[in-house]
Amino acid sequence: MTTSSPAGAGPVVDAPARLAPNAATDQVAVIETMTKTPPAPTTDASAPAPESKVCIRAHDFNSWYGDFHALHDIALDVPTNQVTAFIGPSGCGKSTLLRWFNRMNDTIPSARAEGTLDLQGTDLLSSRYDVVDLRRRVGMVFQKPNPFPKSIFDNIAYGPRLHRSYTRSDLAELVEQSLRRAAIWDEVKDRLNQSALGLSGGQQQRLCIARAIAVGPEVLLMDEPCSALDPRSTAAIEDLIRDLRHQYTIVIVTHNMQQAARVSDRTAFFYEGRLVESDETERIFTTPAHRETEDYVSGRFG
Amino acid sequence: MTAAPHDPAGELFELANRGRSRSRRRRDGGEAIIKVVLAGCAAFSVLITALIIAILAYEAARFFMDVSVVEFLTGTEWSPLLGEEKRFGVWPLVAGTLLVTLVAAIFALPTGLVTAVFLSEYAPAWLRAILKPVLEVLAGIPTVVYGFFALLVINPSLQWVAKVFTGEELFGSYSAGAAGIAVGIMILPIVTSLSEDALRSVPRGLRDGAYALGSTRFDTSVRVVIPGALGGIMASYLLAITRAIGETMIVALAAGGLAQLTVLPWRQVQTMTAYMVQIFLGDAPATGVEFKSSFAVAALLFLMTLLLTLAGYRILARFREEYE
Amino acid sequence: MSDERTPNLPELVERGEPRSQSRRRAFDRGFLITCLAITAIAVLALGVLLGSILIEGLPGLRWSFFTEYASRDPAKAGIRAPLWGSIWVASICAIVALPIGIATAVWLEEFAPKNRITGFIRLNISNLAGVPSIVYGILGLTLFVRMFGLFGPIQAPELEIGGRLYAIYYDTMQEPIRVPAAERGVAPELKTGDIGYVQEIEETPDGDLIFTDRWTPVTLTIVPEDADAPEGYGIIEAWQAEEPADFEIERPWYYVQFPFGQSVLAGGLTLMLVVLPIVIISSQEALRAVPGSLRTGSLAMGATKWQTTRKVTLPASIPMIMTGSILAMSRAIGEAAPILVLGVALFITDTPSSLMDSFTVLPMQIYNWTSRWQEDFRALAATGIIVLLMVLLAFNAIAVLIRQKLQRPLS
Repeated sequence: MTTSSPAGAGPVVDAPARLAPNAATDQVAVIETMTKTPPAPTTDASAPAPESKVCIRAHDFNSWYGDFHALHDIALDVPTNQVTAFIGPSGCGKSTLLRWFNRMNDTIPSARAEGTLDLQGTDLLSSRYDVVDLRRRVGMVFQKPNPFPKSIFDNIAYGPRLHRSYTRSDLAELVEQSLRRAAIWDEVKDRLNQSALGLSGGQQQRLCIARAIAVGPEVLLMDEPCSALDPRSTAAIEDLIRDLRHQYTIVIVTHNMQQAARVSDRTAFFYEGRLVESDETERIFTTPAHRETEDYVSGRFG
Repeated sequence: MTAAPHDPAGELFELANRGRSRSRRRRDGGEAIIKVVLAGCAAFSVLITALIIAILAYEAARFFMDVSVVEFLTGTEWSPLLGEEKRFGVWPLVAGTLLVTLVAAIFALPTGLVTAVFLSEYAPAWLRAILKPVLEVLAGIPTVVYGFFALLVINPSLQWVAKVFTGEELFGSYSAGAAGIAVGIMILPIVTSLSEDALRSVPRGLRDGAYALGSTRFDTSVRVVIPGALGGIMASYLLAITRAIGETMIVALAAGGLAQLTVLPWRQVQTMTAYMVQIFLGDAPATGVEFKSSFAVAALLFLMTLLLTLAGYRILARFREEYE
Repeated sequence: MSDERTPNLPELVERGEPRSQSRRRAFDRGFLITCLAITAIAVLALGVLLGSILIEGLPGLRWSFFTEYASRDPAKAGIRAPLWGSIWVASICAIVALPIGIATAVWLEEFAPKNRITGFIRLNISNLAGVPSIVYGILGLTLFVRMFGLFGPIQAPELEIGGRLYAIYYDTMQEPIRVPAAERGVAPELKTGDIGYVQEIEETPDGDLIFTDRWTPVTLTIVPEDADAPEGYGIIEAWQAEEPADFEIERPWYYVQFPFGQSVLAGGLTLMLVVLPIVIISSQEALRAVPGSLRTGSLAMGATKWQTTRKVTLPASIPMIMTGSILAMSRAIGEAAPILVLGVALFITDTPSSLMDSFTVLPMQIYNWTSRWQEDFRALAATGIIVLLMVLLAFNAIAVLIRQKLQRPLS
């Protein structure tokens, strides 16, 4: 079901045999492009990320929900301390892949995966790897803000208390810094003991971001974090993302292409469970290598 | 000559208008009558409460013409059938009720919550499909059956256990403990079912958030889900305790008939409801003070359950407004 | 956004002492095992309960158990009377409780305005659901059995509808003769030629003579005083004709007396009180389960609220309402405390044939047998429990069947 690969070893690309030839010209174009790929541990198309700075690496990655083959042969590098955006139409698998990065799909009994998925060299799919520790290293912010029905302080303190024991003053300082970093400290500093449910939607989402970074992760996964928010809150969170990226590796799934263009350094375009193209954001949006990518980013479908 | 154009919309309109118009006044009049009838049925429930309060108050007042309220509420000896030396201090009966309820609560409240957590957070779908019907069956068993079970299985087992562990004959033929355990089994499905509903209604996003921060299932269940469902869990506890206090047949069969003030579960006790059974089954004359005393006890019992129900209502309302 | 990073976040995070991962895992596993164990205890309790009852009661489950009446001899006793009593009482309860309960739920969910009065009514129903059933017994005793004493004592009801009063005489053959009378205690004036009624006698195959319930008319002959009275049916001596031996009321099935006394009607109505809050609450839940879009769709077409309720909402909620009602009735069948308070006799040897007849119910009989000392009665009680549980199981099965057959997705 899951395979472990030795840390750091480069997987062998065996692309042409995997893709079944299809009459549709687009598929043929993809095949042709892939057969031209140099045997480097990065995806198709042009720009590979430098190896030492790769945070999460997927290779030969397939996943299923029961019998439904959700992700096909994903090969992708997520670079460290940059913002990578996953874009694509509904149902293309971008959220699914994101949820494999912190093994949230474990909560779905019918989900399974095969292939290679590494976090800084550690195999994520191995059953020997402690999922709880993985989630400490890889945090997640969800589409709908989900603060706990506790006080603001207890919301932020929940994560750190799970993994470490703190003195009261250390914990208070940690909570404050997390809230500052998430650009919400000034708004809540006087009501830390009040219920977090009293905050507005945008504030709640920033609270969830603060909650996530309080644990000290290396990676922040964001699953359409702004789709439930109004434009002003969205702008605030986009600023926050740009600010956070130097310290965290951020992967953001968004169906809003302009947001991807605004916020991310690299963009990966998914379609029907396959990774079509992954490159620097500017190139994806101006000179994409694949017709599908161009059709999607210019709004012809999606 | 142009043919008439095909006009499906017009044809439909004409067909719809062929029906005979219903009299609007008749319809509204009939509607008003229906509303009155329905409201009357709802008022009937208020009437029931009013009647209960009126009857209990009246009969209790008649009782208190013979026995002082002070003695009733503060006395610690209850011996209404003793001929000359009748005593009507209600505390032994109340203590009996509370002792049985306590034993039942100690058994059922933690067990029910843990079972609910298991069903809601851990159990796979097939296991839940087996266990939920089992719980429903338990919930439907009449209380006489539990009474039978308490008298003929639980009590002898307790007698045996006590003999083995302490060498003494602690338990007699009747005991508060045996009845309490049976009452606990009876209220277990209530606690489990209502608590599980409360746990299930905690939104999935909260669990996702907790897991995403690195929680184990234990962390999530205990630190996030249970606190999130606390209102419903409390309500289920209160409802279960209310049922336990009002339980009649189990205690009439198994708890004993001796009204004594005690906290030891191996002694026999007489609960308020068991005393009422004794009076109504016996041949005390309807004008005698013993007969009237059962109404006073009933009034006290009604007050207790009323207070508990009101408290449960309040708690639920407060939790709802805090967390929604 | 400026960075205020002194001290920076990762440093702050690391100030805490890391917790042992293996301990956390152990806690998680331990909690799972505890949950499993405790759930197993609950299931085990049920298993032991049912097992002990089956062991005690199964041997006594013979066909005669259903056809015999209670008796002092455990070997001959049966549950015919309680079984039919339960059926009668449950039927009366259902006929009264279901319409009122469902109507109340409809009013609360579809018509009631949101003000303090309706809030009070809802609170009231919640409270009624928690009232101990023995208190309902007291209410039933006062309201239905005694009727507040407004119609006189139970033994001598003031108002009787449909009953026929007879004065009873004995003729020279020592057979009882019924003569219609107008008032209790007042002897009708008898003269020769009046019509009286004698009981028909039948001969059983064993050669025994038994009195039937049928009375045939005979012409009376009153023998004057001082004359020698010949032997014969219908011949009454004058001195006996002056004072009847007894008075008796013949109660056809439509007979009603006020106060109701300890009758099936009173029992059914009392159980209705117990069950009403349950019916209301479960019907409310059934109505709430109907999506609002169905209602708004109907209203948007110009239907009134009642038309919407009658044609859209109620039909959609019928499966759940039926399930809830059946479960409420199964609760009614299992209740003994209210019946007990009504004062029904414990040793009933007949099944009810009219609303005013006395009765007993299955749980009462089980209680009676359980509280006896003799071993044999305990086994009888267990057999009775098995029958009771079988009845309840049948009810539950019907409810589940209804739920499966009739439940359609509503949106």
